Amino acid sequence: MAVYRRVYTSYVGPLTPAWSRSLVLFRYSRRKLFRSKLQTGLFVLCFFYPLACLLIIYATHNLAFLERLGGAGSLIKIDSKFFLTFVTVQGTLAFVLTAFTGPGLISPDLANGALPLYLCRPFSRAEYLIGKASVLAIVLSQITWIPGLVLFVVQASLEGPGWAWNHLWIVGSIVLSSLIWIAVLSLLAMALSAWVKWRIVAGALLLAVLFFGAGFAQAINAVLRTQSGDYINIVYLMGVVWTSLFRVENEAAISSAEAWIALLMYCAICLALLVRKVKAYEVVK
Amino acid sequence: MRFGRREILKELTCSLRGRAIGLLGPNGAGKSTLINTLLGFYKPSSGSARVLGSDIRTETRRIRSLVGYMPENDAFISKMSAVSFVQMMAELCGVPASAALERAHEALFQVGLAEARYRELGTYSLGMKQLAKLAQAIAHGPRLLILDEPTNGLDPSARQRMIRMIRDIRDSKQLQIVLCSHLLRDVEDTCEEVLILNQGRVAHYSNLQEERKANKRFLELETYGANGDFTEAIEKLGCECAVTANRLKMILAAGVEIRDIYKIAAEREVRIRRLNFRRDTLEDIFLKAMGN
Repeated sequence: MAVYRRVYTSYVGPLTPAWSRSLVLFRYSRRKLFRSKLQTGLFVLCFFYPLACLLIIYATHNLAFLERLGGAGSLIKIDSKFFLTFVTVQGTLAFVLTAFTGPGLISPDLANGALPLYLCRPFSRAEYLIGKASVLAIVLSQITWIPGLVLFVVQASLEGPGWAWNHLWIVGSIVLSSLIWIAVLSLLAMALSAWVKWRIVAGALLLAVLFFGAGFAQAINAVLRTQSGDYINIVYLMGVVWTSLFRVENEAAISSAEAWIALLMYCAICLALLVRKVKAYEVVK
Repeated sequence: MRFGRREILKELTCSLRGRAIGLLGPNGAGKSTLINTLLGFYKPSSGSARVLGSDIRTETRRIRSLVGYMPENDAFISKMSAVSFVQMMAELCGVPASAALERAHEALFQVGLAEARYRELGTYSLGMKQLAKLAQAIAHGPRLLILDEPTNGLDPSARQRMIRMIRDIRDSKQLQIVLCSHLLRDVEDTCEEVLILNQGRVAHYSNLQEERKANKRFLELETYGANGDFTEAIEKLGCECAVTANRLKMILAAGVEIRDIYKIAAEREVRIRRLNFRRDTLEDIFLKAMGN
């Protein structure tokens, strides 16, 4: 119908399947995300290190280049430590990107009372959260485990099938370490933005939780002379998990299982906070 | 319906079938709670309800796919143009992207936001935001439109425009409307039926059109030159009359038409200066329902 016909008409055309409704939210949120030059710039910046890693992998298999480097060439070794460093650097960049993009996903909807508009449609709270979280999950995946796998494939293709077979477990480590970090970051950013409802404050709070959390943990350890403060240091917990996944030795006071449990608990708390806040209307009892 | 220990809606039994139903009541009567319960936002503590034949406990998704809802409070996405906003809302109801875009344009034209449809919603005035809310509620072509205080915060001309729009939508006969308001005028101007709530209970339910028809039998005349003879002649037709100064109030008997009154007046050379159907206004009905 042409737009000049100003009478109400009901819609009788086909409908999209119910499972695809979360993708609508993903599409619009992603479009909004990349409308910001700063966030687009940050996203592009996140590919510099993987590119550098790619060059390093190529260089270690280039004899002429290694000869030119002399002894320094033997220092570069492509092993689990190399991929752990990659995940750590990309994880840090993922955190910076989340601090800028994450809080803007839910807080504007809550601040402007838009939730009843979403939830009065055939669209559940879970679908709303999945739709919003998927933006972060996909964007962060693009800068963490996806380039990590590309690096692994390049290294495997240059080194030969023997190396690939012996180091196949690194694939799982790259994916798992990235996914747990993405889950923690996404849920934390969304939960904070849902509670604070103010984008900038939520971003600052995310920084505070991770950095001041680490400082606070140190203070607890020093004052109480225990290691229990480490449980509130998310960065430390993640470090323990990552080093165990990449089979690198660490001197952590807590085991990787404990670190996993603590991180999963943080995820569960964030999810509970989100479920509590993401409602069409607050019930005042 | 309970919130903690407070009982918000109680002993609510009714069936609403009209094309435009007004949900009236004083502040805190439970109007918005009823709407939110029907939409599945609140779980009822007991009882059952059906919207367009679907159970509100088990078929919430189906109900929501058939309903367009305009909430009472400010509800928008600030950094989004109106057309994107309405398109997204239609897509969330299952309308494919291209059809949703077309319908978004149509809806915004229809509510009178055509010129401003590419502007960000955050820059809209209150009246424009209300219109954008109406556009998102109709964009996906619902079968039931629920409007919660649609004229809240509007100036008189914007209110008139909103009322006219609601009437146009109603007259399209393609959907039913539930209009929730505490403003009697809004309901009177747009609705055919009215459900009055008071303290969470049904205080009154009536068909406004029927009431208006019934009240057509009640006449008020202002005359010049009338005497007892004129009144007697009318009473002989079976009408009940009451005379005050030069005014004559009467209830027309069955079978008596207004032309019969004119005929008697002409025969007795009585001049009728004014003739009114004295109707029960919605205000009368409301006050009666409130027990005041």
